[in-house]
Amino acid sequence: MSPKKKKEKNELVLSGDDPALGILGPLEAIFGKFQELELEEITIDVDELEVTVPPGGVGGIAGPAHQFLAQNAFAMQQFAQQMLAALGYNVQMSTGQSSVSIPGIPTAVRPDKLLKARFKAPLTEYSGQIREITLGATKAEGGSRSKTITVGGHKTPAWNLFQSSPKHLPVVAADVFDMRIKLAKAVRVHYDDVMDDPVDWARLVIDKFDADFITYHMISTDPLLEDTSVKEAMKGFEKVLQAVKVPIIVGGSGDPTKDAEILAKAAEVAEGERVLLASATVDMWEPVAKAAKAHNQLVLSWTSIDINQQKELNRRLLDYITPDQIIIDPTTAALGYGAEYSFTIMERMRLAGLLGDSELQFPLSSGTTNAWAAREAWMKRPELGPRELRGPIWESTTALMFLLAGVDVFMMMHPAAIKTVHDLITWLSTRIDRKREDFVDWTKLSIPTN
Amino acid sequence: MAFATKAAEYTIGIKACTPLYREREYGDKRGKLEELMRPPVREVVIGTGENKVSIGGELVLYRHDLRYMHPTAFFVDIADTASGDELKKRVEAIENWTYLYIGMDLRLDGVALRSVTGDPKKFAEVAKRVGELTNWPIMLCSLNPKVLAAGAEALSGRRPLLFAATTDTWQEVSEIAQKHQCPVVAYVPGDLSELKSLSSTLHQMGLDVVLDPGNEFGAALGATVDDFSMLRRAATREGDQGVGFPLLATPISVWGDYKEGEAEELAKWQETLAGASMIIRYADILVLHSLDMWVQLPLTFLRTNLYTDPVKPVAVEAGLREFGHPTKDSPVMYTSNFALTFFTVESDIKQAGIDAYLLVVDTEGLSIQSAVAGRKLTADVIAEAMKEFKVEEKVNHRILISPGMAARLSGETEDASGWTVKVGPKDSSGISKYIGDELWKKD
Repeated sequence: MSPKKKKEKNELVLSGDDPALGILGPLEAIFGKFQELELEEITIDVDELEVTVPPGGVGGIAGPAHQFLAQNAFAMQQFAQQMLAALGYNVQMSTGQSSVSIPGIPTAVRPDKLLKARFKAPLTEYSGQIREITLGATKAEGGSRSKTITVGGHKTPAWNLFQSSPKHLPVVAADVFDMRIKLAKAVRVHYDDVMDDPVDWARLVIDKFDADFITYHMISTDPLLEDTSVKEAMKGFEKVLQAVKVPIIVGGSGDPTKDAEILAKAAEVAEGERVLLASATVDMWEPVAKAAKAHNQLVLSWTSIDINQQKELNRRLLDYITPDQIIIDPTTAALGYGAEYSFTIMERMRLAGLLGDSELQFPLSSGTTNAWAAREAWMKRPELGPRELRGPIWESTTALMFLLAGVDVFMMMHPAAIKTVHDLITWLSTRIDRKREDFVDWTKLSIPTN
Repeated sequence: MAFATKAAEYTIGIKACTPLYREREYGDKRGKLEELMRPPVREVVIGTGENKVSIGGELVLYRHDLRYMHPTAFFVDIADTASGDELKKRVEAIENWTYLYIGMDLRLDGVALRSVTGDPKKFAEVAKRVGELTNWPIMLCSLNPKVLAAGAEALSGRRPLLFAATTDTWQEVSEIAQKHQCPVVAYVPGDLSELKSLSSTLHQMGLDVVLDPGNEFGAALGATVDDFSMLRRAATREGDQGVGFPLLATPISVWGDYKEGEAEELAKWQETLAGASMIIRYADILVLHSLDMWVQLPLTFLRTNLYTDPVKPVAVEAGLREFGHPTKDSPVMYTSNFALTFFTVESDIKQAGIDAYLLVVDTEGLSIQSAVAGRKLTADVIAEAMKEFKVEEKVNHRILISPGMAARLSGETEDASGWTVKVGPKDSSGISKYIGDELWKKD
């Protein structure tokens, strides 16, 4: 585009008190007290423009104007200029070129044949890959687990089967606590009999609920609960290690001082087992990292819905341990109570890893049991439907969000929700070829209506 | 330029530029500009008047790329086998479905009338009746063009969405759509190239198009999710205009596996999973059957959540908020500044209709539970906030009510602040009873 001055004069006036406008509310909200905005004889350099960049935009994919709008600020600037150019304004482009073609506008014609079109699958090259992390160790590998679990290894966004099949499927760890805890009724009925014995509890979730493995939470060590000593807690932990032969995630109570001791000791007690220590946080990571290094365990790197915090914590951990010892958890909020923040952070982390950010190329874990923080999941309100369904569907739907965002490890509780997530993983993992006649004509179904 | 920049970010529509639309001389430029601004997924309007619904108009694949524009529209089915009274009840049930969620009334969007009988006359009759019963947007559902013609005739001027034109029926159905100016669904199950052929053809005829690549759930969920992912990615990232249309998902399809006499809950469970999957994977409109709260709550919540602007801050401002007309004897509670925690607590206090102070503590946008675990909420942080916002000048008593989830901090908070700390309910829905029964004043 040549930077010559315009001859004719164009004028755009937005008048706040124009009765024909009818859209004053939104206008005023945007322009504040502006009553009049004039644009005439403008020549603009790119550096003069102020453009808001949406967070997390990923760059580098070319296409018609709106396709790369979100990608970067420069695209946004160009686009604004193109709009002005379309109106006949002289816009000086100090960098870049216009790349917009104006396609034809459809007309009301009646063809006698279908236009032939071919749909091309939108294949994308990703330079990065999520690491493969293995939990647990068998006898041959120096542990005593009967199996190991490997997660991650992804080369595409979650469940883009048109790109490739997932490398390793997500897994479910059922929560086991070392003391009786308060649970929503819909969950409690399934655990009431085992809540006084973590060994029974662990066996139940593996044998009956088909969890892939367990998370053993030593919450009784909390100084505000039973303040169980490190020694006593370890006795319990060893029993659980004996009772079930699956890989294990081991957690404390959330008290940072006590957790530092508990997790360090647990790493020692489980020497050779490749347990996942839950968790290292920005405020308490060094003791966990040291213990993981000394005893060759894994670390759950847990942050609060913040990509930069996650990268920073991972960097610190990597001073002690290797990348194949890390799983990340950017915090799970319940559906209706912030789940979209978790969803978007997880989606962004997976994509950032695929686009080459080595600090985020780790499998994702989600504390999906947090779904029960939603009152709609447990509150006694008959008009909202039976709690026996409302609760587990809440946990299932919350899990489904994160499953589609790319989570690899789910920590869950309700048996129906655990089964549902297993079903979903099976269903999502293969592309069944379907013929036209396989699809039901739902318009003609006879469905009971209550 | 300021306007152009706003327009480029899609925070203002070009229709806001009135001279462009008022002055004839701008006609040409307006066309160019509209084409330039056209979102990669075209917008389709269903229905007329104040209840009409816009679907599509989407700009991006991931919500973090910018934001999603038009929330997935929920259309709930009515069968043409319903008798007069059943029909009325069903329409009312759909229109009246609502739930109050952080100050918003969640609602459904439209009715999908299905021709179960396959009888055009019956369909026209029921369509007319439904049109009288509601001014909500309507979707007419039948694979038989004669049935659709009868329905569209009965609802002429109401701009119903026609389901569907297929590769067999497109000529008849497109004629109906042109005659009554209705948007139309291009339905080609299991073949994306044929779907694109059909949608391109309908679009060339000047019709507003919605895409249905076929919806199968259960074991076929992976294929359905994959199809939707390909279509939306092709439209938003590859500029494939032949599929740049809103996507229709039909969780109602799960009822195809339902056998009479079986527990309906199983089908409803599957319907919820199907609906949730497709809301997350870019569906712009859903056809649903079940109105049960336990089915619709997760779905309406999910839609609301994903269609909020992702740059909306996670945190609200810290400070001391007043509810009702608090006096020197009113209770003082505290909570976190995580937006959703705050809005939930705020809504519960308002609903309880009590006079109270609420100290919003800066927890860096974390919920109470996370903030306690992550040491963002500590006794010192609470005591500092009490000082900063001069809580002690507001009341005569020295009792602070802590969220149940922060019970572990009470002892330390008493030491740090010199106030007595009472542990309130774990869920703010308990505030009404806790304050109402004056539990906080008891030992």
